[in-house]
Amino acid sequence: MNKILTDKLAPGHATCAGCGIPAIVRTVLGAMDEPVIVSNATGCLEVTTTIYPNTSWKVPYIHSAFGNAAATAAGIDAAQKALEKRGKLKKKAKIVAFGGDGGTYDIGLQALSGALERGHDFLYVCYDNEGYMNTGGQRSGATPYGADTETEPAGDLAFGKTRQRKDLMEIVKAHGISYLAEANVAYLQDLKKKAKKALGTSGPSFLLVLQPCTNLWKFPTSQYVNVGKLATETNFWPLYEIENGNYVINYVPRERKPIEEFLKTQGRFKHLFAEKNKKIIAAIQRTVDDNWKKLQKKVSDI
Amino acid sequence: MIRNTKVKAMTGGYAMAEALRQVHPDVMAVYPITPQTPIIETYARMKAGGEVTTEIVQAESEHSAMSATVGASASGARAVTATSSQGLLYMTEILPIASGLRLPIVMCVSSRSLSAPLNIHGEHGDVMVARNLGWVQIFSQNVQEAYDNVIISTKLAETMDIPVMPIMDGFHVSHTTERIEVCTDREVRRFIGTRSAKKTLLNLSDPVTFGPVALQNSYFEFKIDQEKEFENVKKEYKKICAEYEKISGRKYGMFESYRLNDAKYAIVMMGATVGTAKEAIDLLRAKGEKVGLLNMRLYRPFPYEEVGEELAHIRKIAVLDRVMSFGAYPPLYQDVVSSMQHAASRKYEIASYIYGLGGRDTTQSHIKKVFKDLEEGEISEKIKYSK
Repeated sequence: MNKILTDKLAPGHATCAGCGIPAIVRTVLGAMDEPVIVSNATGCLEVTTTIYPNTSWKVPYIHSAFGNAAATAAGIDAAQKALEKRGKLKKKAKIVAFGGDGGTYDIGLQALSGALERGHDFLYVCYDNEGYMNTGGQRSGATPYGADTETEPAGDLAFGKTRQRKDLMEIVKAHGISYLAEANVAYLQDLKKKAKKALGTSGPSFLLVLQPCTNLWKFPTSQYVNVGKLATETNFWPLYEIENGNYVINYVPRERKPIEEFLKTQGRFKHLFAEKNKKIIAAIQRTVDDNWKKLQKKVSDI
Repeated sequence: MIRNTKVKAMTGGYAMAEALRQVHPDVMAVYPITPQTPIIETYARMKAGGEVTTEIVQAESEHSAMSATVGASASGARAVTATSSQGLLYMTEILPIASGLRLPIVMCVSSRSLSAPLNIHGEHGDVMVARNLGWVQIFSQNVQEAYDNVIISTKLAETMDIPVMPIMDGFHVSHTTERIEVCTDREVRRFIGTRSAKKTLLNLSDPVTFGPVALQNSYFEFKIDQEKEFENVKKEYKKICAEYEKISGRKYGMFESYRLNDAKYAIVMMGATVGTAKEAIDLLRAKGEKVGLLNMRLYRPFPYEEVGEELAHIRKIAVLDRVMSFGAYPPLYQDVVSSMQHAASRKYEIASYIYGLGGRDTTQSHIKKVFKDLEEGEISEKIKYSK
């Protein structure tokens, strides 16, 4: 494997075949030459890269708990500042926190909010696989409407998740940080560009990266890039950034594909194609189109 | 001997802040809660006045305060925090992580009761929840000890790479003004030295993975190693107390025996009410009653053998716990009963009392009543409430 790619995260790790998480980590960390310290929430990335006595990390790394990757990063930031001030540290390293959607949208939201508000110098990357995948596919605040999960399953009387996902980008934006972006593992060049910008920001920055999960979105292991692409081609997952409050859409599909194109690739939406659930698909389509219009309006409002 | 000490009047909260000023941590991550806030408010004023350069993280919760302290400590910084009550419980998830990662964090605790119902006053309910999580716990009976214990805790934590909680009773110590002696800054700083961490996140040439996954084949061994080191705390604590005596003139040990040598009846307890008990004992002694006290300072790790030996000559013992322990004997009582097994060829009579919950005053008459029970043989296996 490419030596530069595996410079910070070694090829030996235990993620599932067809998982995009290592590509996200390598792309983000590969976007800079400076030294980096990683803070990681409990989750897929952590359990697959740190099984004692081995570690895949070639950079300093800390995992503490599920909901505190941002707070742990805040402590590292404070330590660097204190030690630099006291002449015990020559040059500060970059700090990158990684968390899944469970560790970011849900249990770690407060810690993230606090760290953003205090203005710590760090990049937070949420790899969003839309559910608690490390624990076997339970619903999270990021799980989309209509998805079948272990804790909100589809059945005779249920169509899966009954609530819309949280708009995490708007929540993070509300903290007034100078750079945040929504990216997708299927568009690595775009992710790299955004990581570079985020890492070049002084103070906190944030990346929300879609990570299609072969296991629990239920699609073949060869398909995560294609599924990820369809998420963006259908406007389900637009690529955009917010720089100093200004919205920029980074990719506009030539022709917006119908949402079925995305949904039909995954077992978690299979039940929606039953006759009785057709209206759910129609509702998802309406939401996607509404959200896209809102996003376009945010761009033109500037 | 003429010591370089200054006599000052201060509250426990101020005294802990003053000790922290001298310790001068790199990072302090905190969140407000009564009755801990005097510590962090005093420290914040010290920073605003230019007396300290500590990086203060004003966390949005105790969970994050402890998490940031962990991040800073793993970075090689001297990192401290402070809390009470629900705040300590909110940190609880991270406490075994701090000890499991062998981080020498010092957490000042102004101990307080637990909700519900809400009560902000002194009690040991909070620290007892955290008693078996790999943190050293040191109790203080007054403002002087609250001050001294912060300095001793820092040295102990950094010598052992184990986190330490110096504890004072909320309000009874934290908000009570007393006369204390403080060491000079120079002496304190020479005594504690600077932290030199073996492995840190900031050492980029030797990258370390903190907090890995350890499965069935290794987790058990990690925990056994941790416990072995934890047991060594007792030896190191004694050594550090002896060194501290040289600069402070104050002698500390794992526990304090008060008029215990010839006592027939003894109370075992810890924290602020010890002072009241000592006065009650003095009065009873004046009347010729053979009563004494064992005041626990180093509560975790608990010195079972030493306590057993110290109490071996006493037939009737009352253990006073300032915590409710639902459906079980309270913690200090259990520890003392276990201690007595070390010297148990005789039958001991050990009574359990729960006192001072939610800041309820425990007066000399309460203490006298305990001794009266012991003397009159009113010892049952039932827990009594000294209310």
